[in-house]
Amino acid sequence: MEIVYVYTKKRNEFGRQCNFSDRSAELHVDILPDPSLAVNFIERDPCDVPIQCTQEMSEHEVNTERFESDTRGINHVEGGWPKDVNPHEMEQTIRFRKKVEKDENYISTVMQLGNNMEHCIKQNNAIDIYREYFEEEEVVEESEVQPSAKTINVFRDPNEVKRTASSLSWHPDGSRKLAVAYSSLEFQKVSKDMSLNSYIWDIENPNKPEMTLKPVSPLVCLEYNPKDCHILVGGSYNGQIAYWDTRKGSQPVEMSTIEHSHRDPVYRVIWLQSKTGTDTFSASTDGQVLWWDIRKMSEPTERLILDPNKKGNLDNALGAISLEFETTMPTKFMVGTEQGLVVSCNRKAKTPAEKIVCMYSGHHGPIYALQRNPFFPKNFLTVADWTARIWSEDIKESSIMWTKYHTAYLSDGSWSPVRPSVFFTIKMDGTLDVWDFLFKQNDPTLSVKVCDEALNSLRVQDNGHFLACGSQLGTVTLLEISSGLCTLQKNEKALATAMFERETKREKILEARHREMRLKERSRSEQSKEEDTKEGDGEESPEELITRIEKDFYEIVEAELKKRDKGEEKKVRLILNSFTGLRVVRGSLRVVKGSSKIVKGFTNKGGGPDSTL
Amino acid sequence: MAEVEETLKRIQTHEGVIGTIVVNAEGIPIRTTLDNSTTVQYAGLLHQLTMKARSTVRDIDPQNDLTFLRIRSKKHEIMVAPDKEYMLIVIQNPSE
Repeated sequence: MEIVYVYTKKRNEFGRQCNFSDRSAELHVDILPDPSLAVNFIERDPCDVPIQCTQEMSEHEVNTERFESDTRGINHVEGGWPKDVNPHEMEQTIRFRKKVEKDENYISTVMQLGNNMEHCIKQNNAIDIYREYFEEEEVVEESEVQPSAKTINVFRDPNEVKRTASSLSWHPDGSRKLAVAYSSLEFQKVSKDMSLNSYIWDIENPNKPEMTLKPVSPLVCLEYNPKDCHILVGGSYNGQIAYWDTRKGSQPVEMSTIEHSHRDPVYRVIWLQSKTGTDTFSASTDGQVLWWDIRKMSEPTERLILDPNKKGNLDNALGAISLEFETTMPTKFMVGTEQGLVVSCNRKAKTPAEKIVCMYSGHHGPIYALQRNPFFPKNFLTVADWTARIWSEDIKESSIMWTKYHTAYLSDGSWSPVRPSVFFTIKMDGTLDVWDFLFKQNDPTLSVKVCDEALNSLRVQDNGHFLACGSQLGTVTLLEISSGLCTLQKNEKALATAMFERETKREKILEARHREMRLKERSRSEQSKEEDTKEGDGEESPEELITRIEKDFYEIVEAELKKRDKGEEKKVRLILNSFTGLRVVRGSLRVVKGSSKIVKGFTNKGGGPDSTL
Repeated sequence: MAEVEETLKRIQTHEGVIGTIVVNAEGIPIRTTLDNSTTVQYAGLLHQLTMKARSTVRDIDPQNDLTFLRIRSKKHEIMVAPDKEYMLIVIQNPSE
């Protein structure tokens, strides 16, 4: 087979000058195949030929010619008159106009347009749509945002064996740090491998505590010195007080001597207002309140024994669980006891007997939290047993406001530092309640389930925006409250003042009434003593009375449970405590059942136990 | 013919109306209640503006069309009712 390849090219394509006449193709070279040359080549077998089965593509760029546009205006001087009409001649223009006006199209168009136009004209005349209406009324900014609390950070106890976070204290300067005291408050639950350490956390870093405090015995309470942000004082499980300087390390700088310390765990230690900024006082369930100067921890500067009989007898003393001290009232302080009494004391009194000014009773269990309202120091909040109560200093008989009895025990509570009507409480079922009594009094405004285990301690930051709560397993949760609950509302102070005054007045009136009733009782019982032999029906023997009361009590409890199951919320609830106070006076027993008066939607107040006798 | 007169007269007598102009597609004022120079000025300028407005509306949605154009200024309101061949312009002083 002959393989012939013919290759033709135009003359000017390979650079030759052009001929101006046609010429036939000339054969320049003809190379015939020479088989002898094949010897110089080896046949390659196999042949590697790469083949690609794709589309053949090539890239092209296209650019259109730039289109230049220009904006020009036309000054219309005179209409586009047709050629035959001279615009300056009146006659011609008038004639033209008349002609147009006769046009049917013109007529119909003008009619239609006229209708539209009239509509708009009338609209304009009817109302001025651009006028500023309602400009006098101020825009009321209502925060429709639901109150909420958001968990920001969770700090867990790094040790294996979990202890309760029993106390929290915010760093006084900017609140970037949180000191947490860990201890196990359950009886005899302290094991050998339980760590004794307490930690200072930086709130930005929940992974590792910033600093460790190593006491001799686990710390039950811990407080930063508000004047000096490096000093902390802690009360420990064995009754000693120790203080730390964070610049000096984890070991306490000084500890109080065992002989002079408390004999029970120190439940609360507070810094006092003094020139030196080194005074503190501590309270413990051994019945003593001790004053210390941290420069000399070998023995307390002062000692007070909480004996309700004012004799200084330690055997009678009430165990103290919480302390309250307000820097605006440096001479007074209050102690909350295990027995449910709040003792108000005067520091400046000369004799121990005068130290105890008065006592407020009304709780059934130990008072875990006691705090004055930062805006109204005359009113204070106590959190104990299943309720939280607000008291006024003047009314000693009972609290002026109280919450309903909850199903879980309340373990701590605190006022909000920015809003006078807001306070927080935490419960043993792990919920945090935020109460705003100007908004809603029956229920908390916000109830948040923080964790599954019980919450033990609560501390609000000074700006009222954040709060930390510590749980039984040592988990400290940092929550942020929605701005509605931490910004002062309009008139809030005035409303809160009015509310407190109203409640105080109500209690005063009730107190007066009870006093009257008591006087009447007394005079009546004096009379009845003479007629003692005649009366037989009204009296019952103590045993019979007790069984009757027990029966009534159980009936009421069952009724309550039934009611709760049905999910009804009745405003009338009988206080259980109207049955708990019974004392025998001069041989006659009288039990006054709680009356079912509804007082402002709260739990009703029947005759309290003291007032019946 | 009479209806046209009546319509235009009615429009003119509405409260606040300063002037009325009817212009044709070429810009010739057919009917006017204002003086010539003002009329010519209004006719010319508003014609262009109406064209622009119409083209804007149609650019956004080709099936749409301009039905009415209102320009409110500090002193008065200019209302233009455009059509294929003619245009009705009314200048009104709205109620203050």
